[in-house]
Amino acid sequence: MKYPRLFGLHARPGPYLHWVLVALPFAFMICAYLISSHKMLAENPNAKLLPSVAKMAEATARLATEPDPRTGQYPFWQDTVSSLQRLGMGIVSAAIVGLLLGINMAMFPGLNSLARAFVTFLSIIPPLAVLPVLFIVFGVDETAKVILIFVGSVFVITRDIFLATLALPKEQVTKALSLGASQLGVVYRVILPQVMPRLFNTTRLTLGAAWLFLIAAEAIASTEGLGYRIYLMRRYMAMDVILPYVCWITLIGYTLDLGLRLWVGWRYPWYTK
Amino acid sequence: MVHEVKGVNDLEKLKTGSILHIQDVYKAYGDNLILDDIDLSIAPGEFCAVVGPSGCGKSTLLRLILGQERTTTGQVLLNGSPIGSPDKDRGIVYQKYSLFPNLRALDNILFGHRLRMWPWQWGARKKELTEKAMVFLRRAGMENHSHKYPHQLSGGQQQRVAVIQALFSRPKILLMDEPFSALDPGAREDMQMFLLELWEESRLTIFFVTHDLEEAAYMGTRLVALSQYYSDERDPAELKKIGAKVVVDLHLREIGQAASPQVKTTAQFGQLIQDIRRDAFDPGYRQHVKDFSLNHPHSFYTLSSYEGGEEPT
Repeated sequence: MKYPRLFGLHARPGPYLHWVLVALPFAFMICAYLISSHKMLAENPNAKLLPSVAKMAEATARLATEPDPRTGQYPFWQDTVSSLQRLGMGIVSAAIVGLLLGINMAMFPGLNSLARAFVTFLSIIPPLAVLPVLFIVFGVDETAKVILIFVGSVFVITRDIFLATLALPKEQVTKALSLGASQLGVVYRVILPQVMPRLFNTTRLTLGAAWLFLIAAEAIASTEGLGYRIYLMRRYMAMDVILPYVCWITLIGYTLDLGLRLWVGWRYPWYTK
Repeated sequence: MVHEVKGVNDLEKLKTGSILHIQDVYKAYGDNLILDDIDLSIAPGEFCAVVGPSGCGKSTLLRLILGQERTTTGQVLLNGSPIGSPDKDRGIVYQKYSLFPNLRALDNILFGHRLRMWPWQWGARKKELTEKAMVFLRRAGMENHSHKYPHQLSGGQQQRVAVIQALFSRPKILLMDEPFSALDPGAREDMQMFLLELWEESRLTIFFVTHDLEEAAYMGTRLVALSQYYSDERDPAELKKIGAKVVVDLHLREIGQAASPQVKTTAQFGQLIQDIRRDAFDPGYRQHVKDFSLNHPHSFYTLSSYEGGEEPT
């Protein structure tokens, strides 16, 4: 008896069909765009809503290869670098703080009593609601934007690491003590290495929210950055810049996600058993 | 509490000669009494096998010795001093979770030493200790598995590594909580032989908890059965739950002498199993406390009463 190819719980699509299926929704989306764009431009060659691929390539190339006459910088690359710097600083600091806080809260009952309710309370505050406060306190340059990303990510990471640490068998703590580990040895040499892959996975999932906060902050007060450019171009309805920028952001996000996933699989082979 | 010691003449002498001395130990969770006046004194080098029906509190007793939990009242002494939180004097092998999943087999064995050293000390002794660990792995027939993670090993191989890991830190007493209960019969017999071999040459004291009576009677030099199936002067209706006592305590063989597997086939062995099964495992057969088979020379019991209720804070 053969397995069904496509439908049902027991389906086995096979390698060839698998990749066809993977490509299908992408192909559909691209075709739908091209057809709609072609139709619209046939009616009105100056329509801005759905620019042709050539137009988008031209606009992107202009931003990527011609320096801005005022600053002498290439806007596309400058936007990319400054956005990634903000994102990186915010998410890395959130990951480090979230890891340390989450682990210690789960391991030390005293700290758990002290911090758990407070962290939960803080995590419920919508970060965008305090964005004006951050701008007032830290000014409108880099600090406020990095802190927004940090605040938006750190509590989610803390709570996830907390739960992951609690889920480790208690026997491991006793076991480590019986091998002569000190209390700090248990936390930082037994528990921490086992939580590291979870930290990378949590960070992966938190990146989506981090992008949201980055673009929101850049849209409000900035002089460069991917989010800044998109919101600037909105005023001119320059879809030929906005759409490539959205694709570029998505591509960067996807690459980061894939990179982290491959890193976890390579560095922690015992984790995804 | 009222004290009256029976069984031995000189309690103080017993206390100082024992590696592990448990006296008047009660353990209750709220109103629920689990262990009811446990008295047990274990000589150095003894392989003490502990059995009992499920839920009788044998694992609880092990956790009290380990220091993972505290007694409600009573004392647990290791080499004459009260025990504290878990430390390297007491090794432990669990049924599972004994190995750290993020470390390879060899690193799991070396981990104890590593934890207790500064990096430069470790650097100086790494080679020597690795060679020692490899000797153990070779004896376990696992020299080709030293670089595997625990999840890549079979259940039997994992427990071999766990036993080596615990022994490698040279504990004063090795506690084992159902270490072979998850293994299939073949792997289980191999493990029993392996453990007995290591025990014979290391002269280690082992406190071995199992629910398998045959395993206990085969492995132990001393067999202790805990059970809640007994009767005494108290009205059972008044007690929330009857806590377990030591109902059987037998001397099986001399310290340092492991039994051969053939012993399991003898009629004596079968009779022994039957007797203990009746005394400790049969809910319908309730011995009176005065009739317990406490024949081991180190067996003693104190008559004391538990005032009950809350755990001391």
